[in-house]
Amino acid sequence: MSGLHCDQVVELVTAYLEGSLSRAERARVLDHLAACDGCESYFAQHRLTIEALSRLPRASLAARDRDALLEAFRAARR
Amino acid sequence: MGQLSANGDAELVARLRAGDEAAFGLLLDQWSDGMHRLARDFVSTHESAAEVVQETWLAVIRGLDGFAGRSSLRTWVYRILINIAKRRGSTEHRTLPMSSVPAAEDSGPTVDPARFQGPGEPYPQHWRAFPEPWPSPERALLDGELGAQIIAALQQLPRRQRIVINLRDVQGYGAEEVCSILEISAANQRVLLHRARASVRGRLARYFEGTADQRGAEVSQ
Repeated sequence: MSGLHCDQVVELVTAYLEGSLSRAERARVLDHLAACDGCESYFAQHRLTIEALSRLPRASLAARDRDALLEAFRAARR
Repeated sequence: MGQLSANGDAELVARLRAGDEAAFGLLLDQWSDGMHRLARDFVSTHESAAEVVQETWLAVIRGLDGFAGRSSLRTWVYRILINIAKRRGSTEHRTLPMSSVPAAEDSGPTVDPARFQGPGEPYPQHWRAFPEPWPSPERALLDGELGAQIIAALQQLPRRQRIVINLRDVQGYGAEEVCSILEISAANQRVLLHRARASVRGRLARYFEGTADQRGAEVSQ
């Protein structure tokens, strides 16, 4: 049985990272990555992209809105 | 208290019902950003999205005693948000449901087919040239421009893809929870996430290749 081609492997990166491939599919992807620097680097770039997304700065509520909500919470729970 | 999640919901809900302001404040601080990003995909302005978030929290305060725990607290809060945002979006004529009908943008290759060799070439379907190397993760993540590149990439995504990647990767919520919040299937969620990530990666690749060219140009001068 022939292995996966690069243009197929790049479409499996998310399923691979999500752990949603079957055991056999996962083994085929791993075999391919072990032999293919291009795909290995493509997968590493996906991982880095995900890491960078997780580091985006968070916006917080405007202080006025936050205070108003805490006040509403207090009033409702009193 | 640490990270608030589906785990420990019972204790959290008990504290909120007991009027624990610190617990409520922590929820406001941890969830409002994700809620605002999501609301923004249903309504037309930043201000309108902020109002949706505010209205949602007020509904949460009112509804707390009725929360039955059939979903996680966070999922419940996000579903309230989506209902409020949709209602407002429809009055703003900007209603686009999270339909399960696959859109054209959700199929086809995510990497330009020209990157791979064709049938007449020595290794069909294999890279014509490997992806350009990026700076090391340590260096790349310190790049002050990276955040702006990512924000621009997110803005260009089709809306449903952006909704999913915001919840999954920007907020870090799990696949199951995101499916539950958006009421979509696991397969649909994965397709949207895959396409979104591939687009953001593509933007970063162009950015890093561009900065590499600039460095190269400086060196060669």
